[in-house]
Order: sequence, then structure tokens, then C-alpha cells
Amino acid sequence: MDTLNLARWQFGITTVYHFFFVPLTIGLVFIVAGFQTKWYRSHDERYLRLTKFFGKLFLINFSMGVVTGIVQEFQFGMNWSDYSRFVGDIFGAPLAIEGLLAFFLESTFIGLWIFGWDRLSPRLHLASIWLAAFGTFLSAYFILAANSFMQNPVGYRFNPTTGRVELTDIVAVLTNKVALVTFPHTIAAAFLTGGAMVLGVSIWQVVRHPNRDVLAFRAAAKAGAIVVIVAAIAVAASGDRQAKVMTEVQPMKMAAAEALYDSKSSAGFSIFTIGTLEGRDEVFSLRVPNLLSFLAKGTFDAKVEGINDIQSAYVAKYGPGSYTPNIPLTYWTFRLMMGVGMLGAVGAAWALWVMRKGRNMSSRWWIRAAVLLPFTPLLGNSFGWIFTEMGRQPWIVFGLMPTAAGVSPGTTTAEVLISLIGFTLVYGFLAVIEVRLLLKTIRAGLPDVPAADGGGDNGGDGGDGPSLDESTDRPLAFAY
Amino acid sequence: MELTTVWFILIAVLWVGYFVLEGFDFGVGILMPFLARDQTERRVMLNTIGPVWDGNEVWVLVAGGATFAAFPEWYATLFSGFYLPLFLILVSLIFRNVAFEYRGKRTDDSWQAWWDRAIFVGSLLPAVLWGVAFGNIVRGVDIDQHKEYVGSFFDLLNPYALLGGLVTLSLFVTHGAVFVSLKTVGDIRDRARGLAQLTGLAAAVIAIAFLGWTWSLRSDAQHIVWFVALAAVAAGCLVGGLLAIRAGREGWAFLGTAGTIGFAVAALFVSLFPDVMPSSLDQAYSLTTTNASSTHYTLKIMTGVAAVFTPLVLAYQSWSYIVFRRRIGVQHIPVTPAAT
Repeated sequence: MDTLNLARWQFGITTVYHFFFVPLTIGLVFIVAGFQTKWYRSHDERYLRLTKFFGKLFLINFSMGVVTGIVQEFQFGMNWSDYSRFVGDIFGAPLAIEGLLAFFLESTFIGLWIFGWDRLSPRLHLASIWLAAFGTFLSAYFILAANSFMQNPVGYRFNPTTGRVELTDIVAVLTNKVALVTFPHTIAAAFLTGGAMVLGVSIWQVVRHPNRDVLAFRAAAKAGAIVVIVAAIAVAASGDRQAKVMTEVQPMKMAAAEALYDSKSSAGFSIFTIGTLEGRDEVFSLRVPNLLSFLAKGTFDAKVEGINDIQSAYVAKYGPGSYTPNIPLTYWTFRLMMGVGMLGAVGAAWALWVMRKGRNMSSRWWIRAAVLLPFTPLLGNSFGWIFTEMGRQPWIVFGLMPTAAGVSPGTTTAEVLISLIGFTLVYGFLAVIEVRLLLKTIRAGLPDVPAADGGGDNGGDGGDGPSLDESTDRPLAFAY
Repeated sequence: MELTTVWFILIAVLWVGYFVLEGFDFGVGILMPFLARDQTERRVMLNTIGPVWDGNEVWVLVAGGATFAAFPEWYATLFSGFYLPLFLILVSLIFRNVAFEYRGKRTDDSWQAWWDRAIFVGSLLPAVLWGVAFGNIVRGVDIDQHKEYVGSFFDLLNPYALLGGLVTLSLFVTHGAVFVSLKTVGDIRDRARGLAQLTGLAAAVIAIAFLGWTWSLRSDAQHIVWFVALAAVAAGCLVGGLLAIRAGREGWAFLGTAGTIGFAVAALFVSLFPDVMPSSLDQAYSLTTTNASSTHYTLKIMTGVAAVFTPLVLAYQSWSYIVFRRRIGVQHIPVTPAAT
């Protein structure tokens, strides 16, 4: 394989891996902050224990998200130096702003939250996790704004002297219509992911240990299920908006999503197809009539442009070459994103139904469902990103720069091969460690909280509240 | 002042911030096997940096992001050119950071021993490699007319740059030892103080040799007088810091080692200006603050963002240091970290 393909594989592997942790972290931090708020208000110890239990799962994921994120920030320069030179004037700004506004906020306040149980008043300690959660929002927004420039370049001009694009309107870049629809979609998917994790873990606890902290885990399961259901509705609604914007800015991606070769009015949407998509020979397909037209344009009889027409239009516009992404890949990732992603919502609705009026799930069957639940949105997220990035190909910046032109000309095949193998092995190794640690933490169940830790009970002002005394020999509330 | 100059200074400030802050947590990580006598002492050391290391590390992310935004050509040449050293730094940081968070999540010895190794190696490698990288930037590397690095990985391992690696290593170790003495009570505090004096002497010799060598390499640089002045201040800070640690004045000693690192990094940046990455092939190929920069409009936007948010970041990050200002000792370490 050449440097280009190695660099693409590395970017794909490291990005998909990074994005297992990111949505889980964003979803979990808000749910943990929610539990802690509930404890702060109600002084109900159950919620403190849930905060600490899910807080631990959150932190195990958070550190993986952070370390794999550092790789992302460096990788543009390391493997995609010509891309970096080309778009640096525009793309660098949201990245730098993300660091300054979001990374500092997240890291500082997560540190304060982890170690601050006995150092901060309960109110400030609670504020810390909310600020960290807010930081994840900021982070998501700026990185999605950067990605949206690659999907739909706006607010720039091309400078023929330098051969680079230059920023002309930062507001246009930060309010890119692709960013405005991608942000709610991604955040909703993150809540779906976090909610499914909380729901899956809680169901497992309730069924596996019916005599251990059932009341707390029932509350957590309900919270998780409600988050999943609300998030799933938001994912679907925002995804619908996104499909329409994408049809407008990248019609090829949406045509590829349906493998629609010829432009068609009242186009149907196939749930699945058996046959050769490349050869356009269909053996069998299950179709919903007119649905594609609706998804793409909002009316059931709208004309959807097909791959062939777009291809010839692009040849006229950009010169000879193929402007078609990998069709089977885009076709299937689009379906798997929706199908797998929405399975979680079905599970959540079912769980809520089973748990109605104080009933519990007793069937051992739920253990399997509990294990599978957290994986459905995780896979849906991955398919979604693979779809949106692969569907943009052959462009790295749509309409402006082909992916092949972005790769670092100076790096050698050996170098990229070393880092590709290195990152893959390190990531694989850490995945095993991480999952084992998560399982161990989940099996251990809710941690006990020392009586002196009941800051919520006395408002932090009483004798048992957080001690800011310099001379005390009392052990730290939390220590590595 | 030209905005390109402003951003050159801001990026220098970000690297100063990074090395001053992460410098001591690298030092603590490297010293853990040497300073701590047992498991509890190792945990004392870890917990001195526990709440702050992550925030310290963000400085390098912002430095990278700011370089991308303000000097895309610099970012592209540097990151693609120094490919393998950066890969090693990334892998080190990955293991080190995960180690901090995961080490205490299980209590068996072999689990913790493996993460201790990860913390040691993961702190040692970047501490050396960042010095090597900066040595190469200052010395100049083979950059062609297309702004591409055309040298090899082994060209980066030249004597001057390797000496630079020893400078950062010895300074960070000393800085870390002083930090441990500042943040702990008991035996470990005394040992850290003693060790800081030893490594500090070594650091002084190596750093002064390196700065002298830099002077001769960059003797025709535009602001060489300022370089000499800043290097002299850095040397003065180190001497002052060593005297202070000898006298048991740990706070002053920490200011001294922080000043040493800060002024030395500033001196290196001044020796570069207006180049950002000099070419050793032809002076005309060098990347400069003007030929590597973004447009005026981008720099203007970024200046506004930095002006508003940098003070805010400094305020809350300083506040977190105040929150965790208390010294810790073996008596403060809970039996199991998982207890809470």
C-alpha cells in the first residue's frame, strides 16, 4: 500500500476508535451531572452512589477519549500536511478555539471534580461537573464546525497566488448550515449512547443482583431509558434535517446512500437489497415507495438526482475523473447507522414498559439485552461517521481538494506503516484493558459512601462538611 | 506590532506554559521509581500532580492548535517532518495518561507495577524528545524550497539536538523534585530536596553548555542580544533556585526552576525570530513568521479570541492550583483509592 492509503487507514482507524469514547463521554457526563444534581437537591444517598458509580465509568472512558484526541490534533500535520497548508487559514481557527475554550475547561474542572469532593463546597463541586459537561458541548461544536468546512466550504476565497483557501468570514464558517444540523444530530446521538450505557448497566444489575441496590438501579434504568427515547427522537428529527441539507450540498452522498444511479421522481427507499450494487443488478429488495424523495427533499414526489447524472455534471465542472464514493459502503453504512442506532430506542421503550408500576424484569433474557444495549448506539455512531466521511470521497474538502492531494508528500511509507501498526496495536491493547476495567467496575456495583461524605445532608456548612483546614491529617476523599 | 509577531510571541508563551507546567509533572513521573520508597509514597507523588496534570497537558494541544491556525506552514512542516519523534511522544502520552487514571482502579501489585512503568517511560520519552525537537528547530533542519522537510529521522538525532534533550530532561527532573518538596510533608520532602540539588547541578552544567552552543549557532540571529539576556536570566533563575532549595525555601526554589524553563524557552524562541523553522539547506527556504503565517483576517479573529479567553483560562486554572494547594503526606493517602 502507498502512503496515501496507509494514511487513510490510519485516519479511519484512529478516528473511529476515538469516536467510541467521545459520544459515550458526552452522554455520560450529563447523566452523571444529573444524578449529582438530584443528590444535591434531595440529599438522597442513592443518587450520590449512582453519581460515583457512573462517574467512575465516565472517567474510565474520558481518559481514553482524551488520549486518542491528542492523536487527532497532531495527525492533520503529521499525515495530511498538504491539506493542513491548504486549509490552515480556516481549519486551524476552530481547532485552536476548541483547545482554548473547551479543553482547558474540561480538563481543569474534571480535575476539580475528581479530587475536589473534600476541597470544594457541594455547590462548587456540582458546578465543576456541569462546567466540564458544558466544555464537551463547546468542544463538539468547534470540531464539527471544522469538519463542516470539509463537507461544505463556506466563508472563504481561493487565493491563486498561494494556492490556498483563505478565511473571509468566520461567522459563516461557525454558522455553516452543515454544522448547524450536524451538531444537534451528533449531540443527540451522544445522549443516546450515554443513556444506553446507563440503561444497559442498570438492567444488568437489577436482573443479575435482584437483592442489591435494586431501587437505585431501577431509578438509573428509568433515567437511562428516558434519555435514550428522547435522544432517539432528536436523532431522527435532526437526521432528517441533515439529510435535506446534505442533498443540497452533496447530492452525490445522498444518491450513493440509496445507490440511486438514475435520477428519479417519487424515489423509493430500500430497507435492504440483495444483489450487486456495483453492477446495478438487483436480485431482491424491500422498498418503501416515495420515502427517498421525502428524506432528501421533504416531498414525496420530488426528483432525486442519481449518481450518473451527478457524475457527468461533476466531470463537466471539475474535469475528468470519478466523483463517486464507494457505493456498497455508503449504501450499507447509511442503513446500519439508522437500523442499529435505533435498536437502542426499541430496547429502552420495552424496558420502560416492563418496569412499569414497580414491576421488575426477571427474565434472564434481559441480561443479554443489557449487554447488547450499550453497543447499538456505539455502532450506529461509527456507521454514521464512516458514511458521512466516505460519502464525501474522493474529496477531502468538498469541491476544493481531492483526498489524494492532501497527504504529506514528505513522509515515507515506512514511517506511516510504523505509526499505523503502532497506533492499531496500542489502541487494541488499551481497548482490552478498558473493557475489562469497565466490567470489573460494573460487577462491583454501587460503591459505599462514608457517612462523613454526606455533604448534601448538611449543606457543607456543618462540622462534617468539606474541611478546608490546612493542618488536618484526614485522608483525602479521593486519591490516585 | 505586526500580528504575525504577536502570534509568534503567543505561541512562545504557550510553549513556555506547557514546559513550565507539564515539566514538573514529567519530572514527578520520572522520579517516581527513585524518590518513592514504597507504594504509599508513590501514591503521595502521584497525588501531588493528580488534579492538575491534565490541565497542564492542554497547553501543548492549544500550542499545536494555535500553530495550525496562525502558522499553518509551520505546523505542516514541523509535524510531518518530525514524524517519528512525534509518534513516540504521542504513544508515550497515551500510556502515561491512561496510567494515571487506571493505576488505582485495581489494587493488585502487578497491575500497579505495570502502570508505574508506563508512567516512568511515558514521562521520560517526551521529556527528552521535546528537547530534541526544539534543538532541531533552533539548529535548523533540511527544508527545501517547497517548505518540506527532506532530512531523515536519524538527521534529527544530531549531537546538539540530543544535548537539547538532556537539557529538558535534567531541568524537568529538577523542576519535578522541587515540586515534590513543595507539595509534600515527611521524609519524601527531604529526599526530594536533596535530589533536586544533585540534578539541579547537572542541569545547570548541561543547560549552560547548551545555551552557549546555541549562542554560537545563532550568532547572526536578529535579536541575539535579547537571546543572551534571556539565557542569562534563565541561568540566574537556576542558580537562585538551587540556592533556595538548599536553604529549604521551596516556594522560591519552584519559582526559580519555573523561571529557568520559562526564560530558556523564551530565549530559544527569540534566537529564532523572525524565522520559525530555519532551513539548513538555504536561508531563503526558511519558514518565517511572514511566509508561514495565516492571513491578517484570521490572525485578527484569533487575537480577539485569545484576548478574551486567555485571562479567563489563566484565572480558573490558577484557582484550581489554589484549591489543591495543601501539602500531602503518607497520612493523607486513603487505604484504597477505590474506597470513594
